[in-house]
Amino acid sequence: MAWFRKSKKPREVVKERGRSSVPEGLWVRCGGCREIIYAKELKHNQQICPKCGYHFRIGARERIALLIDEQSPRELFNDIEPDDPLEFRDSKTYRARLEESQKRTGERDAVVVIEGHVEEKPVVMAVLVYSFMGGSMGSVVGEKITLAAERALARRVPLLIVSASGGARMQEGVLSLMQMAKISSALARLRESGVPYLSILTDPTTGGVTASFAMLGDLNIAEPGALIGFAGPRVIEQTIRESLPEGFQRSEFLLEHGFLDLVVARGELKETVSRCLGHLS
Amino acid sequence: MASTDAPFESDLVDLRRRIAELEEFPEGTGRRREIERLRVRLSKATVEIYKGLSRWQKTQVARHSERPHTLDYIEALMSDWVEIHGDRAFADDPAIVAGFARFAGRSVAVVGHQKGRGTKERIRRNFGQPRPEGYRKALRTMKLAERFGLPLVSFVDTPGAYPGLGAEERGQAEAIASNLIEMAALRTPILVMVTGEGGSGGALGIGMGDRVMMMEYATYSVISPEGCAAILWKDQEKRAEAAEALKLTAPDILELGVVDEIVPEPPGGAHADPAGAIRRVGERLAAALEEVADRDIDELLEARYTRFRALGVLQAKPRKRGFRALGG
Repeated sequence: MAWFRKSKKPREVVKERGRSSVPEGLWVRCGGCREIIYAKELKHNQQICPKCGYHFRIGARERIALLIDEQSPRELFNDIEPDDPLEFRDSKTYRARLEESQKRTGERDAVVVIEGHVEEKPVVMAVLVYSFMGGSMGSVVGEKITLAAERALARRVPLLIVSASGGARMQEGVLSLMQMAKISSALARLRESGVPYLSILTDPTTGGVTASFAMLGDLNIAEPGALIGFAGPRVIEQTIRESLPEGFQRSEFLLEHGFLDLVVARGELKETVSRCLGHLS
Repeated sequence: MASTDAPFESDLVDLRRRIAELEEFPEGTGRRREIERLRVRLSKATVEIYKGLSRWQKTQVARHSERPHTLDYIEALMSDWVEIHGDRAFADDPAIVAGFARFAGRSVAVVGHQKGRGTKERIRRNFGQPRPEGYRKALRTMKLAERFGLPLVSFVDTPGAYPGLGAEERGQAEAIASNLIEMAALRTPILVMVTGEGGSGGALGIGMGDRVMMMEYATYSVISPEGCAAILWKDQEKRAEAAEALKLTAPDILELGVVDEIVPEPPGGAHADPAGAIRRVGERLAAALEEVADRDIDELLEARYTRFRALGVLQAKPRKRGFRALGG
């Protein structure tokens, strides 16, 4: 059994950890086919199961490395930190949760904004950090994405947003909700001025994030098998008091129902984004 | 008068019932004086109870079934009402009403959540929880308002957008998102009145505007106290604690800058005196309409952008530049 447990710390520290993106040891069990996969092989394969094509979750900075030409793209608006407007506390204080997430992820909040190039085409890109409080959207996420949209508009450069989020951040109350309005206002200006915006939806994208910017791309592109919806599956099951059909709220389901333009495997994402940008800008 | 809607005011409900019973009695010597005495007691008790309401108790007032709903406001404050139906794609959603009416001397477009009253009607209205076709009907109304130069009045009162299977299939998220981007740029003045429950994205989906107002005992929140309690406390019964933490009452929301003004309610809340509540709402709506109706639309849109752009609380802390690469 020692094969499945780490005895030493791995040399490569994987910072972002989602439910199923955790190559803890040498071997990982696939969330799709349940097969055992060699972790290194998984890493070389962009965290996609070589046996069944299941897409493991990846971190925001891995995502940037995957899509952006530059090894060190310019990071934007990184001097913004969260605050605690409600002085929120449940079993823990919001401040304690923030600190814990900041320490664990090395990020200040749940979004990273950069500018760089996708196959030599300039872009402004925002990527949500799912490992930071579930990628939830509070004032900082709202502000940084709005700033990203405003910068894209000012430079007339396409905007990319990669979503991975449980929705609005409860701990900032109604202010989180208002980030949906704020970002949508900035996207409205982008739309009027003819600067393209591509929304890339990854597992999972739900709640207020889906119900605002994630669904508002000029093109909506998702990774295979991503959970995408407004209400979470558990809430729906409680409401309708029956279990949900297989594949409900997955990318392929949304494609079939007309809410996505494309479902694209991770390996082809960069090239696809580049081709779309080639047509739209 | 369902006392279960707000259990903390059972004394008031009892007093009101006794007054009503006495009024049924034939004229007699002691009757007038007894009614007077009870009225004084009622008014004192109302002030006493309402000055110390907790956030959870205010939530119960916001949800009270005897509170005026959108169609009550339309009927009492507006004339020449024409209700329109359907999203031209799938269905008509009775949880959102939409149409045109005369108000304060001009034609306006109106949208609003509609909760029913009585079991049958509540079910038909889906307890005021819209499906995507409701948001799309509202959007159609907004675009008509824009095209024909009518100001838009929106009444917000919903527990939230309906979390059902069909609603997901037909794009609940897309419907709300589209309304947000369209309301941000809608070239006509928009007034929003939160009359009861401002339930998350389901409320915001018809809730962006140039003036956003809120009634004294209305609530506005990112999640219901029950939902928040279930997730963070792992216990739905902690809803009172969750309501406190969420700061969802009108004074909280005003302080956060999310609404521009609070419309005071009659003593004992809107359900104690619906006509009085409706009259106050009408006065404030008319005044706000006066302020925005004839403003230059580009100026108004700029102000609308600035209004929502400013929402949020954060800190700026300089940090050394440079991109932190993977795992670094």
